[in-house]
Amino acid sequence: MYKDKWPGLLFISPFFLLFAVFGLIPMLFSFYLAFFSWNGLGPMTFTGIENFRLVLEDALFWKSLSNTFIIGVMGTLPQLIIGIFLAYALNSTLIRFRNVFRVAVFIPYVTSIVAVAVIFGVLFSNQTHGLVNSILIGLGYDAVSFTTSEWGAKIAISLMIFWRWIGYNTLIYLAGMQSIPKELYEAAKMDGASIWSELRYVVIPMLKPFIIFTVFTATIGALQVFTEPLVFLGRSLREEGITIVAYLYRDAFMNNFFGTASATAVMLFILIMVITCVNLLLTNQIGRSKWKGGPK
Amino acid sequence: MEGGTKVKKTQSFGKIMLYVTLIIASLLAVFPFYWMFVMATNPSHLINQTPPVVIPGTELVRNFQNVMANVDFFGAFKNSFIVSISVTIGTLFLCSLAGFAFAKLDFPWKKFWFAAILVTMMVPPQLGLIPQYFIITELGWLSDLRAVIVPGLINAFGIFWMRQYIKDSIPDALIEAGKIDGCSTFRMYWNVVVPAIAPAFATLGIIVFMNVWNDFLWPLVVLQDSASHTLQVALRSLNDSYVNDYGMIMSGTLWATAPLIAIFLLFNRFFINSLTQGAVKG
Repeated sequence: MYKDKWPGLLFISPFFLLFAVFGLIPMLFSFYLAFFSWNGLGPMTFTGIENFRLVLEDALFWKSLSNTFIIGVMGTLPQLIIGIFLAYALNSTLIRFRNVFRVAVFIPYVTSIVAVAVIFGVLFSNQTHGLVNSILIGLGYDAVSFTTSEWGAKIAISLMIFWRWIGYNTLIYLAGMQSIPKELYEAAKMDGASIWSELRYVVIPMLKPFIIFTVFTATIGALQVFTEPLVFLGRSLREEGITIVAYLYRDAFMNNFFGTASATAVMLFILIMVITCVNLLLTNQIGRSKWKGGPK
Repeated sequence: MEGGTKVKKTQSFGKIMLYVTLIIASLLAVFPFYWMFVMATNPSHLINQTPPVVIPGTELVRNFQNVMANVDFFGAFKNSFIVSISVTIGTLFLCSLAGFAFAKLDFPWKKFWFAAILVTMMVPPQLGLIPQYFIITELGWLSDLRAVIVPGLINAFGIFWMRQYIKDSIPDALIEAGKIDGCSTFRMYWNVVVPAIAPAFATLGIIVFMNVWNDFLWPLVVLQDSASHTLQVALRSLNDSYVNDYGMIMSGTLWATAPLIAIFLLFNRFFINSLTQGAVKG
């Protein structure tokens, strides 16, 4: 260890200087701005909690909140569950060409969210010649105008999230499964455990830290969904698919209501903190009861 | 004997199920790319018919010429490249420097500074979005690539990650030896630490480059002139303005996506390992 204190302080200073200017000051200023009315140009007027009242009384805010939750659950919960099964399949010693499958399921993650939203926008086009609509028509259903229907927009956006992230979560689980000692699998096989009980009593409890990691990143990511609705719904940002961050963006950069947008940002921050804590409590329970009741 | 064949039978049934699952999953994962290619290579009258065309056509070049007539594709490509490379190199330098300090140097309030860095990772980036925009305006950096590059250099995860790597991979004895030889702290970093952590640079480099290349919200807010657009912002404006020319839109998407996909396919093992390793460590 070098005892001279200056090099250490000097080496970490760029981060803290940049963070002060572009991170800390903006964050604190957001809390301040949330109590003022401001259009970005004129004087700022102190309005107390008026901005929070305005946002909380705005039906579109509640709509965007419920959209965020619905899209979050539909877009992430299935992928976390299916991801475990896919990883289990990829981890099986019976499978050949594992790397080919690994690459195939992972490739969507390398694509940008904008590209994903553009591609899905074409697949889920409102026109009857859009691929999904032509399939629906072929099966005898009516065409859906995806960007303007209540569930069409949410399903399309959830599928974009699902498609882009499933491979990523699968590989996290795969990395986790490869860290489980081989003896555990062998012991389960000797006991005549079925695939299902092997998953339940060996794989899932051992994967716990990896599951916690994916649940956390998926939840935080789901609360910040923005690009998909903005690109898929276009400039209109219709209420069928608007999310909290899209609502914030629209308020600030399309309407110039910077005070209420800051109040929204503050509420988003509080929401993320609360949900992270709830998550912490819930994920602690994963595999716990199973371990106790499971075979030694 | 009978038990043996039974095990074999269930095993081969399980094997078929595994293959079926993986093949379906792979096809679903790759299909949108195929569809993008079909649209990018066909003229719009074939795309806009019911049912739509399902095999690649011959209009690849024509569709891309249309893209270039409507947005400055190569300009946006260049902007994305400049931003991604600058942020990646800058981040690798600053994170390894700070990581080295946290792993091997002693200074006042070290634990506090490190905890502060970890705490910053928990705050959602949208919280400071609006004031950040006004700071950029004050600096006169609107529609200037510096607006994306300079704030992009803050990377708490990178510092955390580099600290772990340097702590684990460089023995304290090596640092002690350098100190006895009278090596300055920066020369120690530059001549001993930097060469020893090449794998960490590669891994963090991939993560940072990909994230910056694909970033959207912040560039959308601060890069307002179309001359300063990055690929993602240009792609969005193309998609927004020419809703019905699918051939052109998909062509733009194809060429914006292709470079990263090509690099990924070439170095897939390396890529996958980096991205999962980075994720699991964080």
